[in-house]
Amino acid sequence: MEEKKALFEYLLRLGDDSLILGQRLSEWCGHGPILEEDIAMTNIALDLIGQATNLFEYASSLGVDKRSADELAFVRYEKDYRNLLLVEQENTDFGYTLARQFLFDAFRKPFFEALSQSSDQQLAAIAEKSLKETKYHLQHSSEWMIRLGDGTDESHERIQQAVNQLWAYTEEIFEQDQIDQQLIQAGIAVDLSVIRASWTKQVQAVFSEAGIDLPQNTWQQKGGRQGKHTEHMGYLLAEMQFMQRAYPQMEW
Amino acid sequence: MVTTDDIWKLLEGVPDPEIPVLSILDLGIVRDVTLEENSCTITITPTYSGCPAMKYIEEEIERTLSASISLPLEVKTVLSPAWTTDWISESGRSKLKDYGIAPPENEVDKSVLFAEPTVVPCPRCDSSDTKMVSQFGSTACKAQYQCNQCHEPFDYFKCLK
Repeated sequence: MEEKKALFEYLLRLGDDSLILGQRLSEWCGHGPILEEDIAMTNIALDLIGQATNLFEYASSLGVDKRSADELAFVRYEKDYRNLLLVEQENTDFGYTLARQFLFDAFRKPFFEALSQSSDQQLAAIAEKSLKETKYHLQHSSEWMIRLGDGTDESHERIQQAVNQLWAYTEEIFEQDQIDQQLIQAGIAVDLSVIRASWTKQVQAVFSEAGIDLPQNTWQQKGGRQGKHTEHMGYLLAEMQFMQRAYPQMEW
Repeated sequence: MVTTDDIWKLLEGVPDPEIPVLSILDLGIVRDVTLEENSCTITITPTYSGCPAMKYIEEEIERTLSASISLPLEVKTVLSPAWTTDWISESGRSKLKDYGIAPPENEVDKSVLFAEPTVVPCPRCDSSDTKMVSQFGSTACKAQYQCNQCHEPFDYFKCLK
């Protein structure tokens, strides 16, 4: 594949991860269990949507495709989104939201560390910027994992359940295909097999402090990078895309 | 004849919309001013990826400068090198404190898991006996704290490096 096209696809994957998780977190706006967490989740959502904007603007500027950053974000069909299945999972309860966030943040921190060394300067710049924010996200979600895991019987039970259920979407995080391989060779993309150890280490350290057992289930669900999503994705898009579908091309 | 010094001076008059006591120069987000015979380029950088004030700041720069100079203006945004709280000026730090916002301490809070959280003195009574309420606050760049001495809640401009 032409390198520019591969890069375009790669940017959509990263942008979609940020956008879809940002959308999920923003659903908590006005519904957080306490005011501070309502603010925290929407702050993190804002960072993620900002990262998505930077990634989509870069993708749009490559000239592979005529679509603007907004069009990439808001008017693709479900099968054209490339995000991980993990990030599209429903909020369910606060513990479930935090477990989803933690599993993702623990990946994003070493990922952005590595990506900030990319031979592609704009990608490295976006990663350098995003990394600083991600450190705070990871700190926040790690602390809540510990607080909930080491809290009451009820909070422990619920966070353990959440981790058990979300575990099925973790293998996909480290899956790589030809696009990854091509861009790794060019020094542009991150080799996920290299950063996997950092993720595992962070997850184990926090789980051990929190008293959360590492799930034993081996069943893994994949498909997000190929546009094969879970049932929750359609509902998320219906809400996220409503304005652009109802009023095409609207700006504000 | 307009000089770059004149332009820097005019930019001092552009406030940050979310913390209006700070100018965009105090905040350290103006990275460069280039003056050529027929154009003027101002380069700015966002504090956070999703900072919603960037568009407004861009417009304010254009509005402020076009009132005094007639050259075509361009406001350019760059992401690298990434903004850090180290770029907040000394006068910016004291303005923040006077405004009731604790300025950034020179280290990123490493309290996660095992280390002690950063000590942030209360901007009102200067006590070091304060506690973090939440790592996230009223804007992307702030955390929420409370003073254990005077009991006032306050914003902390959190360190970003």
